[in-house]
Amino acid sequence: MRIALFVTCLGDALFPDVGKATVMLLERLGHEVVFPDRQTCCGQMHVNTGYQHEALPLVRHHVEVFEPYDVVVAPSGSCVGSVRHQHAMVARRHGEERLAARAEGVGARTYELSELLVDVLGVEDVGAFFPHRVTYHPTCHSLRMLRVGDKPLRLLRNVRGIDLVELPDADQCCGFGGTFAVKNADTSTAMLADKMRNVLDTRAEVATAGDASCLMQIGGGLSRLRAGTRTLHLAEILASTEEVVA
Amino acid sequence: MSGIFLGMPVHAPRGVGALRGAEPFPVAARTALANTQLRRNLGHATATIRAKRAAVVSELDDWEELRRAGEAIKTATMTRLDEHLEQLERAFTARGGTVHWARDANEANEVVTRLVQATGEREVVKVKSMATQEIGLNEALEAVGIAAYETDLAELIVQLGHDTPSHILVPAIHRNRSEIREIFLREMAGVDPMLTDEPRMLAMAARAHLRRKFLSAKVGISGANFAVAQTGTLVVLESEGNGRMCLTLPQTLITVMGIEKLVPTWTDLEVFLQLLPRSSTGERMNPYTSTWAGRHEGDGPRDVHLVLVDNGRTATLADEIGRQVLNCIKCSACMNVCPVYERTGGHAYGSVYPGPIGAVLSPQLTGIEDNASLPYASTLCGACFDACPVRIDIPSVLVHLRAKHVEQQREDHRLPSAEALSMAAASWVMSTSTRFSAAEKASRIGRLLGARRGRITMLPPPFSGWSASRDVPLPPRESFREWWAGRGGATS
Ligand code: SF4
Repeated sequence: MRIALFVTCLGDALFPDVGKATVMLLERLGHEVVFPDRQTCCGQMHVNTGYQHEALPLVRHHVEVFEPYDVVVAPSGSCVGSVRHQHAMVARRHGEERLAARAEGVGARTYELSELLVDVLGVEDVGAFFPHRVTYHPTCHSLRMLRVGDKPLRLLRNVRGIDLVELPDADQCCGFGGTFAVKNADTSTAMLADKMRNVLDTRAEVATAGDASCLMQIGGGLSRLRAGTRTLHLAEILASTEEVVA
Repeated sequence: MSGIFLGMPVHAPRGVGALRGAEPFPVAARTALANTQLRRNLGHATATIRAKRAAVVSELDDWEELRRAGEAIKTATMTRLDEHLEQLERAFTARGGTVHWARDANEANEVVTRLVQATGEREVVKVKSMATQEIGLNEALEAVGIAAYETDLAELIVQLGHDTPSHILVPAIHRNRSEIREIFLREMAGVDPMLTDEPRMLAMAARAHLRRKFLSAKVGISGANFAVAQTGTLVVLESEGNGRMCLTLPQTLITVMGIEKLVPTWTDLEVFLQLLPRSSTGERMNPYTSTWAGRHEGDGPRDVHLVLVDNGRTATLADEIGRQVLNCIKCSACMNVCPVYERTGGHAYGSVYPGPIGAVLSPQLTGIEDNASLPYASTLCGACFDACPVRIDIPSVLVHLRAKHVEQQREDHRLPSAEALSMAAASWVMSTSTRFSAAEKASRIGRLLGARRGRITMLPPPFSGWSASRDVPLPPRESFREWWAGRGGATS
C-alpha cells in the first residue's frame, strides 16, 4: 500500500527517530511510504491555546498537502485527533464550509500508527524483536479521542523478547496538555510525579506511548531525576529487529 | 414570564456571590499543591468514589443509552426553556405556592431577605444548595441580622470552620476527622469536651446540634435538584435525611433554583433519578428523595415560595457551543475523575463550582474576562466527558471558551500579549514548509546554548515553568525532512 507520512512538527524537528522508525517499519512490512515535504504542523497547539484564527491557515495548508492521498499515517494520537476532530471545526468557525468538508475527508483517511497497522493493514505481529522490560502509557487522546483501545498493547504483546508490564493507573493523564505544561506548570508537575512513580514502580527500562509529546513530558521528568528509565515511541519498539535494535 | 421585560441577558454581577476567585487558577493551585494533607485526602476520596461509580455504572448494560436519553431530554428542554418555565410557574401557583423571578444574585438575595423578614424570624435552616452559595445568600441574610444554619453534615463542617466548600457533593473533602473534631470543639455550643474523632461520635455531636435547630426554626431554605414543569413539583435528593427535616418542619419554605433545573415531565425525571445517584455517590438509588408541589393543608409548610434565578444562565444559553453546560445535573462525576482536580482540590477554582464543570460554567456565568484562567485549567484529557451522565463535551467547550477569550481580547484591541505574538509568528512560520525548515535549523542553536550532556535543563521565561521540573530534549543534528531528503525518498 502507498502510505503518506504526516511526521508532525514535533516529530520532524525534535524526534526524527520516531518518523524514521515509522518508515522502516512500514517498508519492512512491504509498503511504500511517501513524505509530502510541504507538510508542517496540524495547528493543534494553536487551537488548544485559543488561537483558532491563527490555526486556520495551518488547517488549509494541511488539507491541501494531504488531500491527494488515500491513506495518511501519523505516529501521534493527539495530532491525528486534531486532524480528525478539530480541523473541520476550525474551518466552520470561520465560515469555511467547503474547507470543513475537505478537512473531514482528510481526517477520515488519516490514521494513528496502531490504527493503521491493526485496522487498515490487518497486522498485529509486525515481526519486531525488543528484549527489554517495557511499560505502556495509553495517552489520553489515543484513548479517549481516537478510542484506539488495546491496539497498541496487542502489537506490543507480539514483540519477541519483550517483557511487557502493566502500568498502574495507566489511563491517568501524564500532565502534558500542550501549553498546560507551561501555563499550569505546578499542577502539570504534580501529575507527572504520580505518572513517574507508577512508571518506576513497574521497574521497566522503557516507558512507551504513541505520542512524542507525552513522552517528552514523561521522559523530561525521568531524565531530570536520572531515573534510569528511558522513553521510546511505540514506533521505535515496533521497528526494532534482531538486526536493528532501538 | 410574569410580564417583566428581561432585556439583554446579563452576566452574574460582581461583588456578590461565589463565582469569582481572588487569584487566577495557576496561583491558587500552588497553595493547594503544597498541602500534603489535602493531597492525601483528595487522592483517597476521589479514588474511592471513582471505583464505586465505575462498579455501579458497569452493572447497567444500557448505561450509554441512559446517558444519551439524559442528554436528549436536557437539550430539548433548553430549546424551549421559556415555555417550560411558564408552565412550572402556572402549576406551582395553582397548588398554592408563590413564584418569584430573579434576574441575578442581587435580586434573588433581595427576594429571599424580604420573605424571611416578613416572617419576623431571625434564624433559618438550610438544605444543602449550590444556588444559594452561588448567589451568596448566607452573607446577604447575615448582613440584615438573620442567621442561616447549614444542616448538611459536610456543609455544617464548612460553615463552622468559616471555610468554603471544595467539592459539590463532598464539600468538606479537604478536611479529615481530627480537623473536624477540632472545629466542633471550637465552634459548637454545648459540645461534649471529651469528643473523640471517631466518625460515629462526630455524627452524634452534629445530630444533637442540628436537632435543636430543626425543632426551633420557622423558616427553611432549600435548593432543588429538579423541577417538574408539568406538575409544578420540586425535587431534592440527599443522603442524610436532614434535608427532609428542613423541608417539612418549618412553616415557611423558600426554594432557590437556577432556571436550568427543569425537566418537562415525570417520565423525564425517571431518567435522571437513575443517572444521578450512580454518577455522584456511586449508589444504585438515592437514599432520601423529597418531592413537593405547592401547599397542603395541615401537612408541611404553610407558606411555600420558589425563587427562579438567572444570574448569567440566559447569557450562557445564547452561546451555541457553551449552552450544553446548562444540562449539568451537578453530580460531580467529572471532578472525581479529573486529574487536575485530584491534585488541586476545589478551592483553586475560586468558585462554588469546582473541577471541570466549574472550568466551563463559572466563566460563562460571569463573562469570560472574570474567570479567564479557568478554561486553561485542563489538559483536555477527556476523562470528564466520558464520565458525564448527560454527555457534556467539556473538552470541546474548554477549547471553545479559550478561543472566545482570545477573540474577545482581539476585539477589545488590547495590545497583543507575548503569547499572541508567538502564536501569530508560529502560524506564519508553519504555514509554509520553507519557513518551517529554516526555523528548524535555527532551533539547533539550542544545541550550543544551555545544553549539558545531551539535555537542556534551563529555558528562559515563559518556558521556564517547563524546565523547572523537566529536561528538554536536545534538537537533533538532523531533522526528519533532512534525513528523508538525504535518503532520496519520495515526496509526492
Ligand atoms: S458536567 Fe456532567 S459530570 Fe460534571 S457535574 Fe455536571 S453532570 Fe456531572
